[in-house]
Amino acid sequence: MSRQASRGGDPRKVNGELFTLTYGALVAQLMKDYENDDEVNKQLEKMGYNIGVRLIEDFLARANIGRCSDFRETADIVARVAFKMYLGIQPVVSNWSAAGDEFSLLIENNPLTDFVELPDGHNALHYSNLLSGVLKGSLEMVQMDVDVRFVQDQLKGDNITEIRLKFIKRLEDAIPAGED
Amino acid sequence: MSSLTRQKPSNLDKNVGKGKPEVNIATFALLFSEIVQYCQNRVYTVPELQNKLAELGQHVGSHLLDVLFLREKGFKREIKLLQMLIFIKSNVWKTLFGKEADKLEHANDDERTYYIIEKESMVNKFISVPKDKGNLNCAAFTAGILEAVLNGANFPAKVTVHWHKGTTFMIKLDESVIARDKHIDGR
Repeated sequence: MSRQASRGGDPRKVNGELFTLTYGALVAQLMKDYENDDEVNKQLEKMGYNIGVRLIEDFLARANIGRCSDFRETADIVARVAFKMYLGIQPVVSNWSAAGDEFSLLIENNPLTDFVELPDGHNALHYSNLLSGVLKGSLEMVQMDVDVRFVQDQLKGDNITEIRLKFIKRLEDAIPAGED
Repeated sequence: MSSLTRQKPSNLDKNVGKGKPEVNIATFALLFSEIVQYCQNRVYTVPELQNKLAELGQHVGSHLLDVLFLREKGFKREIKLLQMLIFIKSNVWKTLFGKEADKLEHANDDERTYYIIEKESMVNKFISVPKDKGNLNCAAFTAGILEAVLNGANFPAKVTVHWHKGTTFMIKLDESVIARDKHIDGR
C-alpha cells in the first residue's frame, strides 16, 4: 500500500471517498431506476464493460507491459499491477483450478464498499459488479474471453470478497470486412 | 430483520479513519463519464441532465457531511454563515478536490447570494461538451454536493452552476439563514 500522500499533492490522484461515494450514488440511482437486483447487476456490468474497454488503453500505455504468455501471468498482472494502479489495492490470487484456466481474486478491503451497508432483501445484488464488467471488458480488448463473477462478498457477511475469473477462449483477430 | 445465520458487518463498528488513500484520477474520470452517459440516456434536455447529476451529487454530499465534521471539526457544527462558507471553500474543497476553491464572493446586490468560483473544475476536466449542448456543465454534480452539505448543516440553500469566469457555483440562501445570522450577530 502506498502511504497516504499529503492532501492536494498529486494531481493524478483523486480522493478515495469521493470516488466511493460517487459509486454509491450511482448504485443507489440504479436501484431506484430498476427496482430489481438482477437488472442492476446487469447494468453495472455493462457500465463496467464500457469502462474496461477504455481503461485497458490507459493501462497498456502507462504500465509498459507486453502480451501475457499464459493465464497465470494475466492473473498476476491484473492483481499486482492493474488493481494497484487504479484502486490502490492488491488482491490475492488463489484457488487455481487444476487446468489453470480459473482463479479467484481475493479482496480484503474493497474501496467501492466503504460506508456501505446492504439493506436486507438484496441478496441477489452484487454491489461491486462494476468490477466484473471492467475485468471482462479490458481482457476482451487483449483477446481474452473471460467469465467473471462474484462468489463471496463482505457486504453479505462473508469474510472476504472473492471474484472468480474463468478463461473461456482466445478471441481471434477479426479481419475488417473487405480486407484479406 | 437480519438473518440468523450470518451477521452482516455494521459501519458503526468501524473506525471512520483518517481518510482513504487516494485512487487514480483515471478511475474516477471513467466512472464519472459512465455516470454522465447513463444520465444522458434517460433525459431529453440539458437542464434535466444537470438536475440528474445534481441529484447524484446530493447523495454524495449528504453522506460526506458527517464524516467531514467528525474529522475536520471534531464534531463541532458551524452556526455562522460566513464560517460555514469558508469551511466549504477550504475544508470541503480540499477533501474532495485536493485544493481550496479559487474564490468565494458575496453578491453586491443581494445579501442572500454567494458565489464560489473555480477556474477549472475537476469533474469537467474530462468531459468534452458537444456543440449542440453548449451550456452543459457537469459540475452540476459538485453543485449537488454543495447543496446537500449546506442543507444538511442547516443552511437551507439552492446551489446552481454557471459558466462565468470558469465554473461558478451560485449559492442562494434561504431568507431564514440570513435572518438567523443577523440574530446571532446581534447578540
